[in-house]
Amino acid sequence: MSKPLTIAMPKGRIYEEAAELMEKAGYQLGADLDESRKLILEFPDQNIRVMMAKPMDVVTYVEYGAADIGIAGKDVLLEQDRDVYEVLDLKISPCYVAVAGLPDQPLSRIAPKIATKYPKVASDYFREQGEQIEIIPLNGSIELAPLIGLADRIVDIVSTGRTLKENGLVEYEKITDITSRLIVNPVSYRIKSKEIEEMVSKLSDVMEGKNA
Amino acid sequence: MAKRLMFEKPLGMRDTLPFFYNQKAKARKQLTDSILSYGYSFMDTPLMEYHETVGKVSATLDQQLFKLLDQQGHTLVLRPDMTAPIARVAASQLKNAEFPLRLAYDGPVFRAQQAEGGKPAQFEQVGTELIGDHSSYADAEVIALLVDSLKQAGLDDFVITIGHIGYVKAFFRDLLGEDTETMENLLQYLYRKNYVGYREAVKNLSIGEEKRQDLLQLLSLRGGEEIFEMSRSLARNQTCMQAVNELKQLYRFLKQYGVEKSVYFDLNLISHMDYYTGILFEGYAPNIGALLCNGGRYDKLLPSFQLNASATGFAIHLERLIEALNEQEDQDERVGIIVDDESFEKGMEQAKQLRKEGQQVLLQHKDQIPDVQAFKEQLAETYDVTVGGDMDE
Repeated sequence: MSKPLTIAMPKGRIYEEAAELMEKAGYQLGADLDESRKLILEFPDQNIRVMMAKPMDVVTYVEYGAADIGIAGKDVLLEQDRDVYEVLDLKISPCYVAVAGLPDQPLSRIAPKIATKYPKVASDYFREQGEQIEIIPLNGSIELAPLIGLADRIVDIVSTGRTLKENGLVEYEKITDITSRLIVNPVSYRIKSKEIEEMVSKLSDVMEGKNA
Repeated sequence: MAKRLMFEKPLGMRDTLPFFYNQKAKARKQLTDSILSYGYSFMDTPLMEYHETVGKVSATLDQQLFKLLDQQGHTLVLRPDMTAPIARVAASQLKNAEFPLRLAYDGPVFRAQQAEGGKPAQFEQVGTELIGDHSSYADAEVIALLVDSLKQAGLDDFVITIGHIGYVKAFFRDLLGEDTETMENLLQYLYRKNYVGYREAVKNLSIGEEKRQDLLQLLSLRGGEEIFEMSRSLARNQTCMQAVNELKQLYRFLKQYGVEKSVYFDLNLISHMDYYTGILFEGYAPNIGALLCNGGRYDKLLPSFQLNASATGFAIHLERLIEALNEQEDQDERVGIIVDDESFEKGMEQAKQLRKEGQQVLLQHKDQIPDVQAFKEQLAETYDVTVGGDMDE
């Protein structure tokens, strides 16, 4: 038997949807794995190994070849710009990246500050708009920043908009739509092309069924 | 910034310790022997070049170049690859030599890395350039030599993926006409390996449904010789047809060389935005997450040095090859002779004799060895010629 196909799955929010999709495509990975504390799970019968990674790190594991395949949000792909194949839009966990801030508050005229978990996405966006801004990187609870006067705007993921609303923030512009993608290491894409092709085609069949 | 500790090195720079040095030397020898056997001549160029000459035309992205200033303020680069310097030489000192030229090289190249570990900024490349032969025979020779060299070095499991940038560009031109912006855009998606983005972009184009389907079909042009038929039926203009014919011919020659089992075709392969002009290829091996070797036809480089010649070649990333070979550390072959004041001369005579026989012999005074047992264990053999030692007669 050839070496197992290693899949890096994102822990947390995306996991359930991703596992469900895999299940529909015929890969039995168990939907409740997320609750276990184990980081590596073997499925010898399907010749698959699953590793549980933080969503932000999935792309790293795949780029370095520690995993052959991964499921990662487009937000992470945009932010990290890594050398991986982006082969399939899985259309799960849809959300978008947006600029938000306190209502009726124009950008400060001197060095406007933007707080975000996505420094690259934010600075690319404002540069394209011709705005000169300064980035303040934060790791979570980004909504705090405008409330306490740390930043003029935030750039963050919005799915329902509830967090923004509850904190009295409004959305200014949408930057881009986000869904989860199937990504592949460039070497695995060639060396394990048969298994990967098979998985991609099974998954895209499921996707098409879903869209029909 | 914290004060540097004395052992620190610049990002991406690595030391080569003895065992790795030996493995490199061994693999290097096997590769160079194969390359020599095809009649290529090795040469070398300086580590530094002008930014406005070699730096500008090299295939390496500008932000990856190491730049420095000379005393007159000219910007220099540490050579990011060997192809551009060799093109410079071929177009100047060697321009009156008999073409086609078959040149080869082996040496360090430098590419600055982003702030992250795991990727070397200096690495060794072994490669070839075949200059002044634009036939498919030359493309086939280079790929066959690459396959032979890798096998000679002991690598059994690898894949060479072959593409053709001429096909892709002619195909786009045919479907998109003069819309160079869209063309650039689609090429960019393929180059960035973003098939999702490619499909999205194609869906949003305002062209006929048939053309749209054809553009999407391009993504499935991967596989063995069966793709020639598919790519031929997709091809509409002369340039596309010619590219397909080149690929078919190449495949036929590769079969004659007996290396067709190691190759695979992928017409979506775009290794570089605008460096290669025809057939191009990349090589991969299991166990290493990154590219092992690459190459292709680059017909625009030599003209930028005022020499109108076509060229093709490959480069193997030596350190990655060692990683892919994954060999055990070689047994230490050195022999030690332990001496003291009285037996120094006797030991030295013996060392001389053994060295003459071609052995690697080290002579060591006993007083300076902290742990004699451990000293002996690291060597293939030791002779203790001191009084009371195991070789004392």
